[in-house]
Amino acid sequence: MAASGVDRLNAAGERDAAARGTAEAVARRNYGKLVAFLAARTRDVTAAEDALSDAFASALTEWPRSGCPSNPEAWLLTVARRKIIDGARHRRIGETAAADLQRLAEDFAAVPDGGDIPDQRLALLFACAHPAIEASIRAPLMLQAVLGLDAKRIGSAFLMSPAAMGKRLVRVKDKIRQAGIPFRIPEREELASRLVAVLDAIYAAFAEGWSDPDGADVVRRDLTEEATFLARLVVELLPNEPEALGLLACMLHAEARRRARRNAEGDYVPLAEQDTSAWDAAMIDEAEVLLRRASGFRSIGRYQLEAALQSAHVDRRRTGRANWDAVLELYDALSALTASPVVAINRALAIAELHGADAALAAMPDIAADARLADYQPYWAARAELLARKGADGDAHHAYEIAIGLERDEAVRRFLQRRQAILSC
Amino acid sequence: MQYLLMLYASENGWNTLTKAEQKQGEAAYAAYTEALRKAGALVGSNRLQPVASATTVRLSGGKPQVMDGPYAESKEQLGGYYLIEAADLDAAIAWAARCPGSGHGIVEVRPVWDMATYGLPDREKIHAAM
Repeated sequence: MAASGVDRLNAAGERDAAARGTAEAVARRNYGKLVAFLAARTRDVTAAEDALSDAFASALTEWPRSGCPSNPEAWLLTVARRKIIDGARHRRIGETAAADLQRLAEDFAAVPDGGDIPDQRLALLFACAHPAIEASIRAPLMLQAVLGLDAKRIGSAFLMSPAAMGKRLVRVKDKIRQAGIPFRIPEREELASRLVAVLDAIYAAFAEGWSDPDGADVVRRDLTEEATFLARLVVELLPNEPEALGLLACMLHAEARRRARRNAEGDYVPLAEQDTSAWDAAMIDEAEVLLRRASGFRSIGRYQLEAALQSAHVDRRRTGRANWDAVLELYDALSALTASPVVAINRALAIAELHGADAALAAMPDIAADARLADYQPYWAARAELLARKGADGDAHHAYEIAIGLERDEAVRRFLQRRQAILSC
Repeated sequence: MQYLLMLYASENGWNTLTKAEQKQGEAAYAAYTEALRKAGALVGSNRLQPVASATTVRLSGGKPQVMDGPYAESKEQLGGYYLIEAADLDAAIAWAARCPGSGHGIVEVRPVWDMATYGLPDREKIHAAM
């Protein structure tokens, strides 16, 4: 009796685990596909997410009893669309209700049970990065709508309380529905400029994850993986867009050097001193292939230049020295493209390698002309480094002081403190 | 969906134009209106009298309080509107961009509340709690 009871429990446990495993696999691979399909007509991302979350909950009670369906995506979609139509029936009143329900039912019926779900994730990405949506919420919105990340995870990655992030996400989804932001891939003439917004949002998500260099914070580390997933998705769906290829190449290059940014003691190692054998060669090779593919389209852009810069730094792997001529040339091109102070600072550091610290200091952006630099840590770190090289130890000490005060990462802070301590003053 | 295109511009700008320029401006609006009509997108449109003619009314202690002038003093004033039918925000933005008002002022695009969704639960309240 007892034994069979345990067996039954074990068997049930296995079925539970199988159901959970299947549901998790679907969520991982195809969450955004289901949301995009469910929300495309109504533009109601919230309703699609709610219906899908109900469907996943049903799956976790149904599947252990009746076994996992052969096409779990179709099963989830069937349950979710029933919930959406029920919800719409309850909510909509008046004359248009019947027509809306009819359209909704027709849309959903266009996908036969068990058939392939049309992939509208790209249209969803373009909706998330629509110019009518505030730029700073685009990346969080993509992470939620396309990947299913919750407000808690997104909030902590973007240094915002989960409640505040949750509210902003609700508001922006309301805007999509109320303002009628379409789920559509823009026309040819508009595509390039609209794609930039999609790529910028993906890069913003990546950068938030990247700011945890030793990968100790799981939430932030995962964000680089999620962003890479999104970039791969765009490349897969728009294989002939050089800037999308450039972005993925750029991200892979950065990711390839993650481990090398810390030594065994957990101390920060600047790029120039990193052990090249700690770089991920396979990732670098993939990035180089992507970049070559991008350059074949002969249409240069920011992300291809950023990727090419990474590539010039990685030259050290073969030659023992970064290709500083190429680096400077690329920063020249980038600063012609974007008037960004970040680019100007990096350009100055390249000038230092080729023409010395005086020339580099002259090329630094002017803090009097751009107030944002006052609390921009890389500006002060670069300035300190250049002043130290020049031998202006007093000024360098002061600049290091501010750079240390503005730094969030403890390992980098220690690194800067060591640099500061070498100065003779 | 219906969208209200609200045309904001500086009234002084109009007054500094020559007669010929004003005529040209009016012709541009007439052509735009006709294009909207032809496309079946025009629901309604009007040009407003200058803000100097505006009066604001509010109830204060149950009594109407009437004030001279517009609700908000600003550099640009609401000078007219188009109520249009458009498939989505992109289509509405495309019409706003063609409007002569976006050349000499600003066009605000606002979706009109769909009466069929009256009685919707307050999403904001539900989801903020999640």
